[in-house]
Amino acid sequence: MNVEDLAGIEEFTTVFIADGKTPVVDGYCGDLLSDVMANAPAQSVLMTIQAHKNTIAVASLVGITALVICNGRSVGPDMLSAAQEEEIAIFTTALTHFEAAKLVSARLES
Amino acid sequence: MYTHHMHEIPINTVTSANVVLELIYRLKIKDVMSTNVITATKETTLREIQQIMRREKITGLPIVMGKRLIGLVSMDDIIQALDKGYIEDKASDHMSRNLIILEDDMPISFAINYFDRYRYHRFPVLNKHKELVGMITNRDITATLLIEINRVVEELEKRNRKVEGTILSHEMLTYYIMKNDFENAGHASTEIKKRLKSAQVAPQTIRRAAIASYELEMNLVVHSEGGQLTAEYDADSLTITARDTGPGIENVDEALEAGYSTASEWIRSLGFGAGMGLPNVQSVADAFEITSSKEGTVVTATINLRAKEE
Repeated sequence: MNVEDLAGIEEFTTVFIADGKTPVVDGYCGDLLSDVMANAPAQSVLMTIQAHKNTIAVASLVGITALVICNGRSVGPDMLSAAQEEEIAIFTTALTHFEAAKLVSARLES
Repeated sequence: MYTHHMHEIPINTVTSANVVLELIYRLKIKDVMSTNVITATKETTLREIQQIMRREKITGLPIVMGKRLIGLVSMDDIIQALDKGYIEDKASDHMSRNLIILEDDMPISFAINYFDRYRYHRFPVLNKHKELVGMITNRDITATLLIEINRVVEELEKRNRKVEGTILSHEMLTYYIMKNDFENAGHASTEIKKRLKSAQVAPQTIRRAAIASYELEMNLVVHSEGGQLTAEYDADSLTITARDTGPGIENVDEALEAGYSTASEWIRSLGFGAGMGLPNVQSVADAFEITSSKEGTVVTATINLRAKEE
């Protein structure tokens, strides 16, 4: 699966994609950035509510390639510009982490 | 009352370079002031003070009772005394009593601001207990700033030179981290990651280094009064040292326990302060050391760069 496939999920709204072909091979749910840092696999998509630029820093450092900002939270301009700089895709959704993860999981397995 | 100067000192918090801002906030007045202060008492005559000024080549003399500052006699006061014929009077009869003072713990940005705002050439410096501990002049600030700027620029130049190479020999880079600066948090860790990548270190090892440096960097942002993160590269290891100026960790054993945290609600709402920082560093580092006192905390994490992939 790649970032483009995430954009194909109806419930996700694309905020930013640098390169649709960037691979996504795993996923992680979490709002504690230290926990994300310690446990999120490389080339994964992160389901989180942490819509700020420090999340981009964490994602970039551990190799997370896409973020899904859950629970209807929105993405501010400074987070967006950080994502552009680090080339990390961002989607938003009204769904919870769990519901979003179910959809991602289905795509990963198909 | 004071009048605005024609030219204000062009260092301000909006447009100045980060390194300069960092310097004027990090350097304290006590780092800059002269501490061998020559003083006189209220019984000293203005004539004697004039002789001290000439001998010591100074233009202002604090008047003290013990360690307490009670006044100041300036060159202007001496000129007035000579002019009006009371040079044999005691200091206490003519000294300035309404003094503007600085405190030794203030950043030098305060002093720069005071020199800009008031016409005085020197300010007495008091400590927490209101004791006179030094004097500060514009020259003191200029001298220290030049030395520090030189040091920082040398480091920047060294960094620019080194990053181009791919092989790690002994090199050391220092990043200054400011309290609550979430805006720039992660910068040092990103630089460290890039450097390791350019040296073709294995991805799993880079990940461990990134986790250690980011957690230590965030600890400085969240918990310290500010500090520095140093990355020391050798051919086969990276040593990351986080050094701050306080307030210190009350119970180091508890801080090393997963889940223990002293962070505020606000910091937790950003996803930090979950009490996993130091335990995370400890678990990814090949060697880990921590010492802490009220004066500051030093954490050292070493990552072996050429170990076999786990």
